[in-house]
Amino acid sequence: MSLDTVAAAQSSPDTKQPFAELGLKPDEYARIKEILGRRPTSSELAMYSVMWSEHCSYKSSKVHLKQFSEKAPKSAALLVGIGENAGVVDVGQGYAVTFKIESHNHPSFIEPYQGAATGIGGIVRDILTMGARPIAVMDPLRFGPADAPDTRRVLPGIVAGIGGYGNCLGLPNIGGEVVFDQTYAGNPLVNALCVGVMKHSDIKLAKAAGAGNLVVLFGAKTGGDGIGGVSVLASETFDSSRSTKRPSVQVGDPFVEKLLIECSLEIFAEDLVVGIQDLGGAGLSCATSELASGGSGGMKVALDRVPLRDPSLSPEEILMSESQERMCAIVEPHKLPRFLEICKKWDVTVTAIGEVTDGNRLEITWNGELIVNVPPRTVAHEGPVYNRPMAQPAYIDKVNSQKVKLSIPHTATEIKEAVLKLAAAPNLADKSWVTSQYDKYVQGNTIQSHPEDSGMVRIDETTHLGVAISTDANANWSYLNPYQGAKLALAEAARNIATAGARPLAVTNCLNFGSPEDPGVMWQFAETVRGLADGCLAMGLPVTGGNVSFYNQTGTVSILPTPVIGVLGVIQDVRTRTPMSFDTAGLDLFLLGQTYEDLSGSEWAFLHGERTGQAPTADLAREMRLIELLLAGHAAKIFHAAHDLSQGGLSAGLTEMVLRYSVGAIIALENVGVALLSESPGRVVVAIDPKKATNLRELATTHSIKVEKIGTTGGDSLTINDCVIDLDELRHAHISTFPRLFG
Amino acid sequence: MRVGVITFPGTLDDRDAARAVNRSGAQAVLLWHGDADLKKVDAVILPGGFSYGDYLRAGAISRFSPVMNSVIEAAGEGMPVLGICNGFQVLCESHLLPGALTRNSDLHFLCRDQEIEITNNMTPWTTTFSLKERIVIPLKNGEGSFQCDDKTLAQLEDEGRVVARYVGENPNGSRNLIAGISNERGNVVGLMPHPEHAIDPLTGPTAQGLGFFTSILNSMVK
Repeated sequence: MSLDTVAAAQSSPDTKQPFAELGLKPDEYARIKEILGRRPTSSELAMYSVMWSEHCSYKSSKVHLKQFSEKAPKSAALLVGIGENAGVVDVGQGYAVTFKIESHNHPSFIEPYQGAATGIGGIVRDILTMGARPIAVMDPLRFGPADAPDTRRVLPGIVAGIGGYGNCLGLPNIGGEVVFDQTYAGNPLVNALCVGVMKHSDIKLAKAAGAGNLVVLFGAKTGGDGIGGVSVLASETFDSSRSTKRPSVQVGDPFVEKLLIECSLEIFAEDLVVGIQDLGGAGLSCATSELASGGSGGMKVALDRVPLRDPSLSPEEILMSESQERMCAIVEPHKLPRFLEICKKWDVTVTAIGEVTDGNRLEITWNGELIVNVPPRTVAHEGPVYNRPMAQPAYIDKVNSQKVKLSIPHTATEIKEAVLKLAAAPNLADKSWVTSQYDKYVQGNTIQSHPEDSGMVRIDETTHLGVAISTDANANWSYLNPYQGAKLALAEAARNIATAGARPLAVTNCLNFGSPEDPGVMWQFAETVRGLADGCLAMGLPVTGGNVSFYNQTGTVSILPTPVIGVLGVIQDVRTRTPMSFDTAGLDLFLLGQTYEDLSGSEWAFLHGERTGQAPTADLAREMRLIELLLAGHAAKIFHAAHDLSQGGLSAGLTEMVLRYSVGAIIALENVGVALLSESPGRVVVAIDPKKATNLRELATTHSIKVEKIGTTGGDSLTINDCVIDLDELRHAHISTFPRLFG
Repeated sequence: MRVGVITFPGTLDDRDAARAVNRSGAQAVLLWHGDADLKKVDAVILPGGFSYGDYLRAGAISRFSPVMNSVIEAAGEGMPVLGICNGFQVLCESHLLPGALTRNSDLHFLCRDQEIEITNNMTPWTTTFSLKERIVIPLKNGEGSFQCDDKTLAQLEDEGRVVARYVGENPNGSRNLIAGISNERGNVVGLMPHPEHAIDPLTGPTAQGLGFFTSILNSMVK
């Protein structure tokens, strides 16, 4: 194939181009021609097609996502907001923390190990790019039915991939979720969160400023992996009749990424870069156009200088390659020698591939011939925007009008059966089979991890300052009511931070949905965004960034709407954190919050195959009062333990608490079945010294939160009214599920 | 008292090992794989991680680094050397210790709090422990199954060179539940679990790992 230069494009306007195969619609192709005043060269077409894909351009979600800015609460903590590689918040003492969650769903279904591994690699580079040292990762995962044969292929591979990559980078894995549902069978969700820390002065942005500055590519060499991965993998529904679109999952090398991290941090510490961008989805197309857009717009790149792993790659392929472990920096010429030295120390390949110009065009040459000449903003930021049709799907009225019909346990035997059933249910069972494959200790700052309510890491050894993070989603509720579902997930994540004694500060999100071309899915998405934006405004928590993953559907079956919400909080002294459970007998157990008959969308309903009724209505004012109560109680040091109640209700909450340190409890409940199984939001179980009961009641009155004593700690059983469950029996039910399913 | 902590490309627990050394009262000195200079240290720690990505075999490439030539020489002269996890693997590859670490028997990476029993408190790294003392420290690795031939195993056992053993169920298939061994002289010790991650109950399961670091301080002061 001959080189398609700008000159050639001008002289052959009628050449047929495969825009449709690259995922572009005819009107999008027409718009590219209009922008350029000619047909695009094949390299330009490659760039526009990847950058205008759903994954990179957010073309279907943009019109909704702007609510996060429009409704943003005033927050003094927000240092860098939406739009950069990751948001940055001020956590005090001169420290800034950056965190973000992203999806790597489609690649992980095709090739579980590499898909999940490179998902970690990508999010870690996003955090690194902000100038931060990555300090922890978390992984919310969703799979098809636990006992489905394909889950046995997908889950172990994904877990091994996350462990294989994250462990090798030296990043502690401090939490996440593992949830099963039929709708994820062909579309497992692999979301990855990374958090990093830096000093305020070290924040880096993706901008190419200063004419004459050099464009420097460093990290792994470019190969043929992931070519078209962004537009093909992330934007197409899986369909068995089109198997040809299933190549090109990227392959990761965590060792190279580890070197890249240390090398970059040393480069940052010596202030050697003007701007920096990692190469993720859309590779060089994305990095060059975004860096140029972040500056005045002018940049020249000699593409033939890019070091290649496969010398046969064409310029189009080099532009689209998603080879992992690469970064692109803007460096002042006089700092280049030192930059090269540091790369040499870490054995990192580095090449100056171009320079910033004072023009406003991104010009890319191949052996001296001009093959790209575009206004970079039109590639990076001014892609198509769709206001897609949406309509409330028919199922909503149908399921909302049906009352959930479930058997409710009454007798001691029935209660025992229900508690054991929930303890062993795959969604609630012990996840050590998964988490023991992740290193939680590396870096020596992990204060809390699985199975605590949140992950917590220390960021200063001297002052004991720390951050806590929780990720949560309740797709059952989002299915019944996406608006409430988003608010409820936000409230749960914030509560999970506060139980430890950390103050919620900022929000990230990963919105996993079906096809945006389905008006019903689009409605679910719009309602979710509206709910999350309203919720964040009500709770005073800014959204710092996030990720949208569409097309999670097989044929016409879409996944449950699954907004995974991550909340980050700050704790002034990690030594004072409240754990999720008690290790002593003789404490009083209190339930904070009101229990209603909230069985719709509950785990109990799920186990009965029921997904009907109405989701609870989020009362965020009450949630905030509960959070303030928890923080006040933490400050007054009255809590021995505090544990959020969510999926599986009080039954699951008590199971987790008594098994944590093998100290039992004696519980007395009225209306025992509903009390155990309801999943009413805004509830927490706390363990306190009986002498502190008055303090707790006073706090509850001050914050207008219902409080009731439900029992005491001690013994070697979980006793609920007249039902006695031996801890060994409960433990066996809880811990054997995963080994039985996955070996 | 200066204790060197080596960083290879891909080493992960170097900061943790240095923290543990400092916590014990000694001074941690960071050593770089490419630099043969041991900077006048009194003892050396090879920390955990995935040096050179564990490519080829865990520890197989690191053993050829300039710093390892110096370590091998110093170990021959009696300098105390402790290899933790990947460091243990490097010591085996360097033939400072016998045997090899192979993939865990269940083929999964395993991170958990592990009870071990100290079975030799005569090495410079274990003097503060009493014999048969049981401690809980993290175990985290993918290739932690200690293997050697029958003759070597008999030798290790007969000469009392098994420094620590796993208690309870075998976590990774190691022969004779071996968690750590020493060389004939006793100055070189390899340990699969991670004492540097058990120096403070706030960030580890216990503070019982600190004993390895106070031991070396005591041994050198004596």
